[in-house]
Amino acid sequence: MSAKSYDVVIAGAGSVGLPAAYHLAARGVKTLVIDPLPSPGQGSNKAAIGGVRATHSKPSKIRLCLDSIAELSSWRERHGREIEWFAGGYVFVAYHEDDRRELLELLEVQQSHGLDIGWLERDELIERVPHLSAEGLLGGTYAPSDGSASPLLTARAYYEEAVRLGAEFHFGERITAIIRRHGRVVGVRTERGGYATATILNAAGAWGQAVARMAGLDVPVTPDSHEAGITEPLAPLFDPMVVDIRPGEGVKNSYFYQRREGQILFCLTPDPPFLGTDRRETSGFLPRIADRMVDRVPILSRAKVRRTWRGLYPMTPDGSPIIGAVEELPGYLQAVGMCGQGYMLGPGVGQLIARLVSGALSDHDHEVLKDLSANRDFTSAEALG
Amino acid sequence: MSDWRIAEHPILTAPERTPVRFTWCGRELEGYLGEPVSSALFAAGVRVFGNHPHDGAPQGIFCANGQCSQCTVLAFGAPVKACMTPLVAGMELLPLEGKPALPLRPPSAERHPIETSEVECLVLGGGPAGLSAAIELGRNGVRTIVVDDKHRLGGKLVLQTHKFFGSIEDCHAGTRGIDIARNLAAEVEQFEVVQVWLNTTALALFADRKVGLLRENHYVVVRPEALLVATGARERALLFRGNTLPGVYGAGAFQTLVNRDMVRPSKRLFVIGGGNVGLIAAYHALQAGIQVVGLCEAEPECGGYQVHRDKLARMGVPIHTSHTILSANGSESVESVTIARLGPDRLPVAGSERTFPADTILIAVGLTPVDEFLWKAREFNLPVAAAGDAEEIAEASAAMFMGRIRGIEIARQLGREVGPPPPEWHRTAEILKSRPGAAIGEELEAIERSIFPVFHCGQEIPCNPCTTICPEQCIVIEGGDLRGLPEYTGEGCIGCERCVALCPGVAITLVDLRPSGTHAVVTLPFELPREKIREGEVVTVLDIGGAILGNVEVLRVRAPKFADHALLVRLSVPRELALSVAGIRKAEETAMEKLDQCLEPVADDEIVCRCERVPAGAVRDLIRDGVRDFNEIKAVTRAGMGACQGKTCAPLLRRLFREMGVDEREVTESTRRPLVIEVPLGAFAGIATGRGPVRDTPVRHATDPHEGGL
Repeated sequence: MSAKSYDVVIAGAGSVGLPAAYHLAARGVKTLVIDPLPSPGQGSNKAAIGGVRATHSKPSKIRLCLDSIAELSSWRERHGREIEWFAGGYVFVAYHEDDRRELLELLEVQQSHGLDIGWLERDELIERVPHLSAEGLLGGTYAPSDGSASPLLTARAYYEEAVRLGAEFHFGERITAIIRRHGRVVGVRTERGGYATATILNAAGAWGQAVARMAGLDVPVTPDSHEAGITEPLAPLFDPMVVDIRPGEGVKNSYFYQRREGQILFCLTPDPPFLGTDRRETSGFLPRIADRMVDRVPILSRAKVRRTWRGLYPMTPDGSPIIGAVEELPGYLQAVGMCGQGYMLGPGVGQLIARLVSGALSDHDHEVLKDLSANRDFTSAEALG
Repeated sequence: MSDWRIAEHPILTAPERTPVRFTWCGRELEGYLGEPVSSALFAAGVRVFGNHPHDGAPQGIFCANGQCSQCTVLAFGAPVKACMTPLVAGMELLPLEGKPALPLRPPSAERHPIETSEVECLVLGGGPAGLSAAIELGRNGVRTIVVDDKHRLGGKLVLQTHKFFGSIEDCHAGTRGIDIARNLAAEVEQFEVVQVWLNTTALALFADRKVGLLRENHYVVVRPEALLVATGARERALLFRGNTLPGVYGAGAFQTLVNRDMVRPSKRLFVIGGGNVGLIAAYHALQAGIQVVGLCEAEPECGGYQVHRDKLARMGVPIHTSHTILSANGSESVESVTIARLGPDRLPVAGSERTFPADTILIAVGLTPVDEFLWKAREFNLPVAAAGDAEEIAEASAAMFMGRIRGIEIARQLGREVGPPPPEWHRTAEILKSRPGAAIGEELEAIERSIFPVFHCGQEIPCNPCTTICPEQCIVIEGGDLRGLPEYTGEGCIGCERCVALCPGVAITLVDLRPSGTHAVVTLPFELPREKIREGEVVTVLDIGGAILGNVEVLRVRAPKFADHALLVRLSVPRELALSVAGIRKAEETAMEKLDQCLEPVADDEIVCRCERVPAGAVRDLIRDGVRDFNEIKAVTRAGMGACQGKTCAPLLRRLFREMGVDEREVTESTRRPLVIEVPLGAFAGIATGRGPVRDTPVRHATDPHEGGL
């Protein structure tokens, strides 16, 4: 095999491409990752706020995220590198009867999948989240095994491990074409030349549709954007991620948590969504999020905001990722449309892709791939995706 | 009054202020109502404000300008920037140890709606450039808002106690900066179309071209049609061992403490950098009664005006050219400074290290434009211009002139019927920005049986007030260029002493050779407190470079109104020395003790990012690994993610790349993100947080403090 020939070429060194490269390299697969940005995780990965939860309602996502949690929570032990994993849990709070009912219904489904999640009444919830406003609080769900880690440190950690295992990375290089012959993938062309490969993995996140088109394919991924922010580091206030599902003007929901290092991270889902790839700061974000956070935890009023940013959510019609091979083009794999959950899904997806490439899929894996197939029916959206 | 307060100052007079009591770590202390907490603490001798949560490193004041958060303390339990928080009676202050906890009591449940104002031009910064622009905008009827984060207008002019260079007609030459500030502010206030918002910080420019501001602790939004960025400059930091010890800070911070708050933050000061900023700060220190142990400059010559350098040399301040700082030494705060000579390879020469006792080290190694809003406005297509240091680092005289030009240009852009700024204005602006020219040296010529001025001014700089002030028009610059050297026409001097009093460089003497006998009478300007010189005493006189000429008698000391707080001292000088006398030695003997301590510079543990305590070694490792993206350095080390938002460390990171031979074209700069400073979350929910602005207590430059007394 020539120096410019690889078993797998991955488009994108982000939340999905990095773990995929690591797991492929760990299985001895000769892997090249190509990213037009200058270093790992510089697309949407660094915009993630770091929440990782298995408490979804779709079995395939639950399975992938359980794998992610297992991997992230043991990372330091296994690799000796800090990624700041912390099992602080997730709470979804209800201040309206409708929200309470919705959460309780969902809880049944989640518990039926064996998830570690339960209902807390008002006072129990306040014990978990001291300073949470008690006024009108009706309780909420609590999933203690969920948590958070640093996307920035995680990206670096996967990158270093992948390099150590022999994966190659080309930064600042753009793929311009996916070369096909006799109906299958044979290589990629870039601004700087080309590479022979029988397998390309589209892990281009918000740019996944553009990469798919290079292969003559179409994948229903359209990015929108969310804004997030971070405060100064503070002494510990509370452990869990607090998800506030109450809709408001221009807001679908919002969430915040305190990192182990002390900063409060926060984010909201705009309604209607901001479609497109615009990542410029908006004047509406801070007033909206501040209003909601101060409602929920009044003492946060004095926490000083340090920085805000905007990141892209590669959305699919039903809010779930699109993962696996496609019938139309052998050698083309995709792991796209993470819908803003690329960071928490990434490690699990990376493992799955590595098993897929090396022919080591389990029965469970086949179920997951079927559930997340590009050919699925996209009309039913996941509850509280 | 505490020893840390300035009681006597040649130019400034302490205003009447209300004493209040407060506590620091439970200890009861006294300060003044409304003064910044940092100054109240300095006046009580407190220099260490807390310890960093990462490594316990002592923290103190750094920017004194609300930008960096290094001075954070706990006031009534809440973390605040000491330099921006006014002292109130009974204030309970504590050092910040570890991460701050939030006070459990919410500040207020009341929320105000967030107001949006529409305006034609928003001027960010009420310093020399912003005010000059606002005057032209006002004159042309442009609806303007000028915002400034301080409690009074003037920007850094309010710290400048020296007389300005340039020309009288273009930029107020010969007037002290503090007075220029007041004059400009008064002029701005005449225009009804110009609103001034003090205590207002611009936080971010958003993609919809709205500017978010914190006005008197309330979040407000302005939507301008045009933006003028007159936000000035920030000081460059420097990498050396001990560079984050309390007592190491910028010259601007120092001038704020000394000239605005009239606090004496130091007893023994060492200055790094021989540009105008460093030279002037050292002179201000001397005027405040602070011993200047020395000044070092990496180049073979000081980069600032020679007249500024000469003033220091004549006060006996040792100037170490071709020297660099190796380390600031001390456990809790600065106790001494180690410098070393630079060899031809620009590396410290082994064995040339010298250590001087000093409690404060001023860093004056240059300025960088504060231009975040300029870049954002260009990115978001908001019509924008910059003036002053935000556009190009230069003297305040140039900033004022460019401000006027930009003001007129914006008025034209907004459709006002006003002609373009005259083409010669641009030429004048360029002249005012020009770097000092060649040092030509003195050419002293006696005119027997006559009285005449002598110019100890041997370097071309843009300055000519002496030619304007002479009532007999007998001081001229050949060719009329502002930068030329002044000379006496040879006849007509009536001995009025106005040129002596006015010269911003304190570089003109008046020599009277009319009396017969062995002695001439020489008049010199003198800018130290009045009690430092008495009629009848014998003083040591120096030449232009600071060499001792001899001892002479003081005949008379006057403080005429036209001298604007400078003293005019008449000396009886032997005729043969009369032309050479350029200064009076008054500085206390400087401690020059050489400590036998040889320090190796320890490069890898020097702190690059002071907010997150990131050592140079961590960054170097990544660069060695091939990292070329600031964003990745940020992600892995957290350098640039701290409270100052990378304002301090970005130039230092660039320097590390350069040192390691990385071409800057390979390097990706850090993504610029809001906010410019940290702001309480509640502000965005319409909750007023904080305790109101720092009161207008400081430097009121009393009108005639000397009259009648002499």
